[in-house]
Amino acid sequence: MRIVAVCGMGIGTSVLLKMNVEKVLAQLGITATVEAVDMTTARAAGFDANIVMTTPDLVPLLQGLAAEIIEVEHFFDLEELQTKLTKSLL
Amino acid sequence: MAGSALLDAFAPGSIAVGVSVSSREQAISAAGDLLVASGRTTDAYTDAMLAVLADLGPYFVIAPSIAIAHARPSEAVLSAGLSLAVLSQPVVFGNSANDPVGLVFGLCALDHDSHLEVLSQLAEVLTDAERVNNLLNASTEADIRRLLS
Repeated sequence: MRIVAVCGMGIGTSVLLKMNVEKVLAQLGITATVEAVDMTTARAAGFDANIVMTTPDLVPLLQGLAAEIIEVEHFFDLEELQTKLTKSLL
Repeated sequence: MAGSALLDAFAPGSIAVGVSVSSREQAISAAGDLLVASGRTTDAYTDAMLAVLADLGPYFVIAPSIAIAHARPSEAVLSAGLSLAVLSQPVVFGNSANDPVGLVFGLCALDHDSHLEVLSQLAEVLTDAERVNNLLNASTEADIRRLLS
């Protein structure tokens, strides 16, 4: 299972998202790799992930990816993350 | 409880309260100017943050009231750090889930990894809704620093 947090630059927002996703996955007892990447990486040929997590604003830029896309509105709302991850993973 | 890495990321001159702006561009410029004033970046980095807004939209408004403006690591970054502009009146960024924005952080990094401890501590602060509310209502830099520690 490869989960990727995507943001524009790969240094700020995606890193914050990755941290909270890892926190929620640990609570759910799920083992998965979570990476933070920038938009350029996510759109490059050969990009491979099971789940892509990002903000609603960036979803249109990620059309065509094979991965399931989870939109996250509030990065610090662990309940939102837990609800959405549970729906996708369990 | 967050440690001192987060506080150290806010160099002297990097925090301003009661900042009055009337657009999202001015709000980002305010956070960028604080990075410049505190010796973290050159003006080119502020321009790069504004270009991110123009290119990708206000995706960096990642929680209610909170924007984390940033751009890529580049030669415009002198050292990694943070700034914070607390707005006197919230500004609409165009992020329907999280508008309006009252806390505008500026973030600059030299690479993809070395600031992770700081971001981890920032995430801890911003996950605490009461602390976010207190940051929005803070009236002095000393209040802000206390809430970040």
